[in-house]
Amino acid sequence: MAEAILEVRHLSKAFGSNVVLRDIDFDVRPGDVTSIIGASGSGKSTLLRCINLLETPTAGEILFHGENVAAAHVNEAAYRAKVGMVFQSFNLFNNMTVLENCTVGQMKVLKRSKSEARETALRFLTRVGMAPYVNAKPRQISGGQKQRVAIARALAMNPEILLFDEPTSALDPEMVGEVLEVMRGLASDGMTMLVVTHEMAFARDVSNHVVYMNHGVICEEGSPAQLFGDPQKAETKEFLARFIRG
Amino acid sequence: MSAAATTGYLSRILFLLDHYSISFLRGAGTSLLIALVGTFVGCLIGFLVGIIQTIPFRAKDPLPKRVLLRVLRVILSVYVEVFRGTPMMVQAMFIYFGLMQYAHIHMGMWTAAFFIVSINTGAYMAETVRGGILSIDPGQTEGAKAIGMTHFQTMFYVIFPQALRNIIPQIGNNLIINIKDSSVLSVIGTIELFYVTKQNAGTYYWYFEAMTLAMIIYLIMTFTCSRLLRWWEKRLDGPASYDLATTDTLAFTSGMTRFEEPRAEDEDELTNRDLGKGWN
Repeated sequence: MAEAILEVRHLSKAFGSNVVLRDIDFDVRPGDVTSIIGASGSGKSTLLRCINLLETPTAGEILFHGENVAAAHVNEAAYRAKVGMVFQSFNLFNNMTVLENCTVGQMKVLKRSKSEARETALRFLTRVGMAPYVNAKPRQISGGQKQRVAIARALAMNPEILLFDEPTSALDPEMVGEVLEVMRGLASDGMTMLVVTHEMAFARDVSNHVVYMNHGVICEEGSPAQLFGDPQKAETKEFLARFIRG
Repeated sequence: MSAAATTGYLSRILFLLDHYSISFLRGAGTSLLIALVGTFVGCLIGFLVGIIQTIPFRAKDPLPKRVLLRVLRVILSVYVEVFRGTPMMVQAMFIYFGLMQYAHIHMGMWTAAFFIVSINTGAYMAETVRGGILSIDPGQTEGAKAIGMTHFQTMFYVIFPQALRNIIPQIGNNLIINIKDSSVLSVIGTIELFYVTKQNAGTYYWYFEAMTLAMIIYLIMTFTCSRLLRWWEKRLDGPASYDLATTDTLAFTSGMTRFEEPRAEDEDELTNRDLGKGWN
């Protein structure tokens, strides 16, 4: 088995006395598409934010190619440049056009030339079907379009792994499809992805590993066939039953 | 026509215009220049203070950094409270005469005027900038961090341009206040519009007539500035619509398509332009 890109070891996170993550352990290997599912408030998003160091873990290690990035001396910005993140609320830069959103990181962080950045940005914007909108401002495009631009922005940095924090939860139902379609395409191209999602169909059909979280712990994990077809824990069964009914 | 023979309100005004228009205009120019420079430098001070006040620091940071930041913040808070909480006229005399008596520094007219208006505006702008930065959705910062930007890059390329757009009305407000309030500098002998008006009025005891002229000139200056700022604001918002790049998408990488070239050619210009980009 290939060496893991990311190893999470005994990760815990508390906001004051409120413990939201308890002793989380899991690995991400190259090409993995891992879906993290679970009820709202189970700590899924916090876990993803800890991995990108947007939240500081209270305890535990996050090993990126074997190096603990949660340690104090680590250059967070340099690490984040290698780990892409797509947010629920898109977080496109409102003061820039679609194209500039996708080039600014390349130019300022990766120090690419303007022409190289433009070319890379256009390649990925084309891929997510947003190339015609290069001159638009974020306020002028729809939610689904914003999210596709956000994916292109993350891809343009050539990340080793892409984190998705409920990428379709803020979208109108008719726009969910276009974003999931892009994500499916990425998965089939071998992009390593870690996806927090409420889209069970996506978790079941696209990912090769599913993690079910409940009350801040990993309750159960396994292949989609195992977890959806033959869940072992009562909580998992109950959660899935609720989702299928709802 | 001699001054003594001039009796009517209008004819006195015309007399003043005839004989003293150059001195009124010089005074107005001085007021305007003080206001412009003071507002500009004040904004720079405000931005600097605002940035320092909003630098995040965490328990993880090294101790010296945390101590330094804390000390800086206390000093800056004192600065803001003192200069916002006392009248500029008193500040002007306090600084001007204080430096002269005890440090034996005799500030020139311009130095004193620029200095006092700048630090006064800086104190106001610091709070405005801080508010402007805090008003930007934290998601913008997270988006920038997520692509690996440092705190400085995040601030410079993402947060400031949006904060700046939000606080332009306040900058304009400060400029207009400074045009008017530069008049208090007459107490330290700055020869600006009010000083000149008083002088000219005193020559003939035509206070009402001279002040009429001063009122009109101040109003013209403030009104012009407020219109210009409104126009600048509109320009920064950019066009309300955009053009689709309607071309064969497969041709992108082959360089056959022509996208609208950004106006700026190099990165520095891009930055300057970005600073003023519209916001949501």
